[in-house]
This record gives sequence, C-alpha cells and structure tokens, in this order.
Amino acid sequence: MPSPFLLASIQGSQEQGESGRVLDNWKDNKNVFWTLAGPGTFWLLVFFILPLGFLFVMSFSDKAVIDGEISITEYDYLTGISNYIRSVDALYLTIIWKSIWVSALATVLCLLTAYPIAFGICFASERWKPLLLLLVVLPFWINLLIRTYALIAVFRSQGYVNLALGTVGLGPFDMLYNNFAVIFGLVYVYMPFMVLPLYATIERLDKSFLEASLDLGASQFTTFLKVTVPLTMPGIITGVILVFIPCLGSFLTPDLLGGANAIMIGNVIERQFKAANDWPFGAALSFMLMYATFAALMLRAFLAKRSAGVDV
Amino acid sequence: MTDPIVSIRGVSKRFPGGVIAVDNIDIDIAQNEFFALLGPSGCGKTTLLRMISGLETPTEGQIIIAGQDMALTPPNKRPTNMVFQSYAVFPHMTVEDNVAYGLRVTGVPADETTRRTAEALEMVKLSHLAKRKPDQMSGGQRQRVALARALVKRPKVLLLDEPLSALDAKLRDDMRMELTRLQETVGITFIIVTHDQDEALSMASRIAVIDKGAVQQIAAPSELYEQPATRFVADFIGKVNLIDAKVLSRSGKSISCEAKGLGKLKFDTDKTCGDSVAVAVRPEKLKISKAEPKAAGLIKVQGKVRDVAYYGDTSHIVVSIKGGPDLQVNVQNDSRTGGSGVERGQAIWVSWMPDDSLVLTE
Amino acid sequence: MADQLKPGSGPLDYGNRLWLKILFGVIFFMLYVPIITLVAFSFNTDRRGIVWRGFTFDNYVKAWNNSALIEAMVNSLMIAFITTIIATVLGAMVALMLWRFRFPFKGAYEAFMGLPIVIPEICMGVALLLFFNETGMMGAIVALPWPLNLSNIIIAHVAFCFPFVAIVVRSRLVGFNRQLEEASKDLGASEWQTFWKVIVPFMMPGLVAGALLAFTLSLDDFVITFFTSGPETVTFPVKVYSLVRRGVSPEINAASTVLIVITVVATVLAMKLQAPQKSGKG
Repeated sequence: MPSPFLLASIQGSQEQGESGRVLDNWKDNKNVFWTLAGPGTFWLLVFFILPLGFLFVMSFSDKAVIDGEISITEYDYLTGISNYIRSVDALYLTIIWKSIWVSALATVLCLLTAYPIAFGICFASERWKPLLLLLVVLPFWINLLIRTYALIAVFRSQGYVNLALGTVGLGPFDMLYNNFAVIFGLVYVYMPFMVLPLYATIERLDKSFLEASLDLGASQFTTFLKVTVPLTMPGIITGVILVFIPCLGSFLTPDLLGGANAIMIGNVIERQFKAANDWPFGAALSFMLMYATFAALMLRAFLAKRSAGVDV
Repeated sequence: MTDPIVSIRGVSKRFPGGVIAVDNIDIDIAQNEFFALLGPSGCGKTTLLRMISGLETPTEGQIIIAGQDMALTPPNKRPTNMVFQSYAVFPHMTVEDNVAYGLRVTGVPADETTRRTAEALEMVKLSHLAKRKPDQMSGGQRQRVALARALVKRPKVLLLDEPLSALDAKLRDDMRMELTRLQETVGITFIIVTHDQDEALSMASRIAVIDKGAVQQIAAPSELYEQPATRFVADFIGKVNLIDAKVLSRSGKSISCEAKGLGKLKFDTDKTCGDSVAVAVRPEKLKISKAEPKAAGLIKVQGKVRDVAYYGDTSHIVVSIKGGPDLQVNVQNDSRTGGSGVERGQAIWVSWMPDDSLVLTE
Repeated sequence: MADQLKPGSGPLDYGNRLWLKILFGVIFFMLYVPIITLVAFSFNTDRRGIVWRGFTFDNYVKAWNNSALIEAMVNSLMIAFITTIIATVLGAMVALMLWRFRFPFKGAYEAFMGLPIVIPEICMGVALLLFFNETGMMGAIVALPWPLNLSNIIIAHVAFCFPFVAIVVRSRLVGFNRQLEEASKDLGASEWQTFWKVIVPFMMPGLVAGALLAFTLSLDDFVITFFTSGPETVTFPVKVYSLVRRGVSPEINAASTVLIVITVVATVLAMKLQAPQKSGKG
C-alpha cells in the first residue's frame, strides 16, 4: 500500500526548501544529467505512462465483431466514446455516486476520530509522544489484506463482536457484507493517513494562539472552533484528500467486507477486467476514477492556496 | 500601600519531574503600577506571569486579583490580558477581527464591539491598517495589534511577556516610550516580564528581581541600583566591582572587615551578617589619580592599568590590584584632547568615598 | 470547561485530561484488537478459530507444509528482493538528479514522478495488465524459468516503488552541505571520487531507508500484483486473498503473523535509520 508516503510527497515538497542553494544548470553537465535521469524516466515512461496510454486508447475502443460474433480477444480501436456514455448509465452512476458518498462518510469518520488522536499526541508528554506515534503508524505497514482479514474474523457472525454481544444477550448481528462493514473497514484501514498530516500541522501550530484566545475570554470550545480548526485547516485538507483518494479507488476492502451487497467503483473495474471480460468499458471506468482523483487533488491545491496565509 | 490589585502569596510551581520553577514567592502589586519582573532567562519570571494570567496554575499558594483568589481560575475568567512574546496575533483574521475577538467571544453587543475596536486601534495608531492581515505587517505593527487586542478588553491588569525582545534596537526605544505613554493614558496596572535591566529600569515604577525562582529584591529602579540587597542584584543590574571581605569584628551597627587587596575597612550596616561579606562599588563612583589622593577618609588602593577601553563619552579602565580583584573605573572623557589620560601598564591610584560603596551580606 | 483548574495543571495540559485518555484507549483498542487476535489465534488449537482451546504451533507446521503457500511466500520474497535492488538504484539516481540540477519544466517532472504514488492502484493494475497482454509479455514469460517468470510483477513493482525511494533519498540529500563537496574537490578529489567518498556515504541512511520501504511496499502489494500475475505465478498476498475468500482458517493466521513480523521489523529498522541525524546540516 503505497499511500503512507503520499503524505511525505505532499508535505515534504513544501518543506524541502533547498535552503537557498543554487542548483547546477543541466546544460553544464549533460552527461551526468542524462545518466541520472535516463533510467528512471525510461522505466516510468515505458512501464507506467505507456500502459496508461494503452488503457486510454482501450477506453475509446470496442470489442471487435468477427463473423457476426463478438470476439473475446480482438478489439476495434478508437471507435468512439460509447464506453464513457455507458459509464454514466444509471446503474453505474449509482455505483459511482455510492462510491463517492461511502468514501466521503469514511473520510469524515476518519477526521472525527483522528483529530482528537492527533491533538492528544501533540499535547502528550515528551516521553509518550514517540510511542503513541509509533502505535498510530505501525498498522500502516501491516499488509492491507491481513488487516482486512483480521476485521473479518472480528465481525463475522461467529466473530468476537457478536460473541461479546451475545454474552449480554444481544445479537447476533450481520456485521459483514454490507455498507457498514465497508465504511468501518475503510476507516479502520485509512485512519492513520488522517492522523499524520493532522499531527504534523497541530504540532507546528504555535500554542500561544490557543493561549491568546483563552486569555481573551474565549472558552475552550470557542477556542477550538475559532482558532484551532481554522489554523490547522491545511492539515485537515491534506488528511481529507489523503483518505478520500484511496477510499474512492479501494477494491480490496469492499470486495472482502462488502461482498456483493456493497460494491464500489473499484470492484466494477475489477469485474470488467476479470469476470466480465469487458476491457474497453473497464478502461473507461478507470479513467473516470482517475479524473475524480485528479479533481480531488486539484481541489486540495486550490484550497491550500486559499489558506496559504494560515499556514504559519 | 492601598489594597493591592495583584497579590501573590506563597506561590510555588513545581513541574512534573521535580523542577521548581517558582519557589514560595510573595509580591504585592498596587493599582496603576508599572511593575517589572526582572531576571535572567529560566529564573521563573515568565512562569510567574503565566500563573497570573491563568495559563499555568501554581502547585501551592494564592494569586489574589482584585480581591479574589484566582490561583485556579481558568484564563478566560480572569480580569487580566496578556501581550505574548510572539504576539500570537491570529494569522487567519484581519487586524480588526483580531482586536474585536475578545469582545465577540464574550458576547459584547456588536455596536459596542465596533466602537471599542475602533477606539483601541486609534490608541495604537493602527486605524489605517484595520483591514490588513497580520502577514502583511511588520513586527512592530503586529505588536501594536496584540496591545490593542488586550487593552480593548479593559483588563484590570495587563501582562506583557518580553514585549520588546523581538524588535530591533530603534523600534525598541520607540515602543518603550509608547508603552509608558499608554500606561499613563489607560491607567491600568502593567506587569512586564523582561531579562533586560535597561528596559526594566527605564519603564517600571517598581521592579522585582527574581533569580532561581525566588524574589531577590523588590524596589524602585534607583533604589535597586544604589541599594542592591544582594550580590546577585548588584551584579545583575549595571556593572559593579565586588570585593570579597572577611568580617573581623562587629560593634553595634558597624563592622570591621578585611577586604581582599584593600586591607582593613570599616562600614556601617543595619543588616546582620556572617563571616564573609562583599564590598560593592559602581565603576562610575571610582576616581583615578596618578599621585596618592590626600583627602581624608577615602578608601584608596594603588594598582596598575591593565586595559583601557574607549567608548566615546566614557572610558572604562581596568586596574589590577595586588591581592584583590581587578577594578573597573569608568571615567568621563570631559575634555576633547585629554581622553582618559592613562596608558596601559601605568601605575595608578584608585579611590572612592566610603559612602559610595556598600557592604553586601548575602 | 471546568470552573477551576487542577493545581499545577494549565488549561492546555490536555495530556492529563481523562476524556482524552479514555478516547485514546478506545481507539487504540479498536486499532489493535483485530491484529492481536489474529496473531493470538494463530497459536490456537481450534480448527474453526472461534474459541481459544489451547496453545499450539501446529498451524505454523501446517502452513510450512502447505507447498502452495510456501511457494507463494518464496515468490513474494524473491520479487521484493529484486524490486528493492532495481528500485533503490533508479530512485537514488532520480533523487540525485533532482537534487543537483535545475532544468526546464522541473515542477512538471516532479509531478510526473509523483503520479504512480497518487493514482489509484487499481488503475495502475489494469493498465499494466492491458500493457502486458497487448505486448505479448504476459504470454511470453510463462515459459521462462523461475524467477524470470516473475518479471512482469517485478517490472510493475519497480514502477510504483522507485518514486518512493526517490522521495526518501532526496529528503536525505536536502540536508547535505554542499561545502563538503567543494572541500573534497579542493583537497584534490575528482568528481567521481567525491561522489563515492563523500556523497554516497552521506546518502547511505536514506538509501537503506528507501530500500526497506521498497521492500515492504513490494511485499505488501496486493492490487497491482493481482492484475499482473499470471495463473502460474502467485504471490503471498494473492494466495492469502484466494484463501480468505474461502473462509477463515488458523493457517492463514499463522502465515499472516509471519508476514506481520517481517514487515514490522523492516519498518522499525527503517524508522530508526530515518530518524533525524544531528550531524551533516550546514
């Protein structure tokens, strides 16, 4: 799961000031420049951009019809935008819409749990801070599949939650294979992504702003709403995007926890490429997903620019 | 003294881990005073100020503000306001909103808020920048915003934490006068924390010198300078020559002692003392002469000029004396041609009136 | 807010507040209970894994004897190993280039390097599936001997791992004082000698951290591998996925525990190496 370092790339790039160092002009040392730049650029162009290009072409293609039969392996390339038209068909639009609100809800829940956690870590004693941070970050690194599997064991009808509820005479409830399971799973899996940017912003926040607010007569609650939240908005925005994007594109969590009842866009794409074998349509859906992702990223850039004065 | 506005009684602050930041301090601060807490960094003065504001609470003791013990009252329920060292001007609000903040959050009616905000901005001469955001302002301007924001609340006590430390030298002088003027206009008690003795001496009406969490002396500036109670105060405020001495005999108010390099001396002191004391004398009170001074009753010693530092209006001459510490003598360069008239290595007499020196017992 | 504060405790000492401690307890409980039960039940004798019946290593023995599982594990480690080497070299070179040079459209190039990090994994997975299929690489490698038949997966893993390495190494390089380089040259070292004797040793913690990161990312990846692996080449996560779809079993717990231990050790190592160093800043 690459996304933990998405954070590093987004946050790091702002802080990685080159400390005023004058960089060499690439023209002064072309051999070194190309030796260093060549292999990585080549790899990314051939094994990433080119495949995306294939996918792009495929999204405008259709399965070939040979001798009146739809071929499984042959395609008519660049036939038109029929796949995109199909992707905004009511059925798929519902799934896209559902993916968005499930992701949005999971993101909001992540924010609501992560904020107090990040806040608490920032105000914890120096002795506890590293340990608490490690505890938050560690699940990051444990395989997504394993963590999802662990949730299944907890949630299934003979799982521990139902066992515990059973002892107080409740249940058993069906906690798996529905939207609840998917949303809980997404929150569980992506919560650390929210904690880290929030932690970074709250930690950098000058505590005398909060003190000034209290000193001027504001209650703790007013201080939180009028000072803490606005001043940590950059972290909130980063965290929201960082959670929302992988949620929107998630495949494993809805697949294992949601089953047939709670499919998201990722599952539809997977189905087109595996079971349904309708690659052109899957390609179109993939691009719809990517556009949504880029829209979210651009929204972040826009919001970050707007709150630029805040980030002190 | 009339009823004090702030009365600190037996206040101690221990941090977890056992560090004692403030150790059993008693201070009374009168209405309308410009009071300074002066001391080296880490002496506990800022902690004390923060305890008056409520941003920290004492582990023991009472903090009585306007007749009420507020030691454990949260900051938002105290009649005090603070100007922070970093100013803490909210970066996401305009100057106007910053100043109005404290009124809005306490439910002051909108029209009154507008009026008082405008008045406060007028007072600190920032009316023309009301719509600006703090990141478009200089440090000095931001400090005025912080001042207006605190004063608009009409606190009983205004607390200032190192208000001049982040300003450059020129601005610092302006601000110093500005603060004195403001304090006179608004007529509320100012408590300022500073590590800079010049700041404290020039602005405050009374100063508490604090070291290692304890009060060393509370006095008016001139008294602190001329009548320091302890070695620490004498040394911290201004330059002083300190000469260790051993007490030989006491009779009534007078003691006789053997000072290093000076021989036997007699002093009057009303303080009780142990066996070792220090003779303190300010460099500008010392006189130099090539020949032995003849006047009666002078304390005098012969030495050798070790160093001469020229400062334009004055020269600082360091004289080493046999068996005692080096003495610094500040002389006025009152003739254009003469300078201090001494050279390194020259033999010279240093003398002073016994009344100009002081015996420090602790 | 309480009308009174506790003696010695300021209004911002939230760390001492009870509600926050409870909240921490609850959230960490929810975060770790599933993982801890997973590990604990890998030592359970009960086949169905619901009730604790007794301690055993049987599940580990069974997992060890499950040749398909072991094969998948070996594949995963092999892929991670080769990916790490290639990704570290590529990432370090890109990092050096970005650190050293200015060139037109640098911002765009940096965004381009960040693409594999931001686009949804499933999109990258299907794009690579399509690419390997259309170019015939999917069919061609099946005939190759092990480990060459893992090439597709390795290629895919390198593509999403090396930009991460580049970020880690570059953030290390930012702390490099260029006067050290000038001093080296001033003392008579050639460009090449300076690179190996001054810059590379300075980069080393970043390189190791980046390599460990690449290793973990590769070992953990499910989605991209799921699309780029052929029927013959199964990795550990893909194998676990197919087992999980059939239900919960203590064997999976055992195998997962092994993987958790590997990644946790690698992570803690990486964090130790990435911890800010006091020397080296100019």
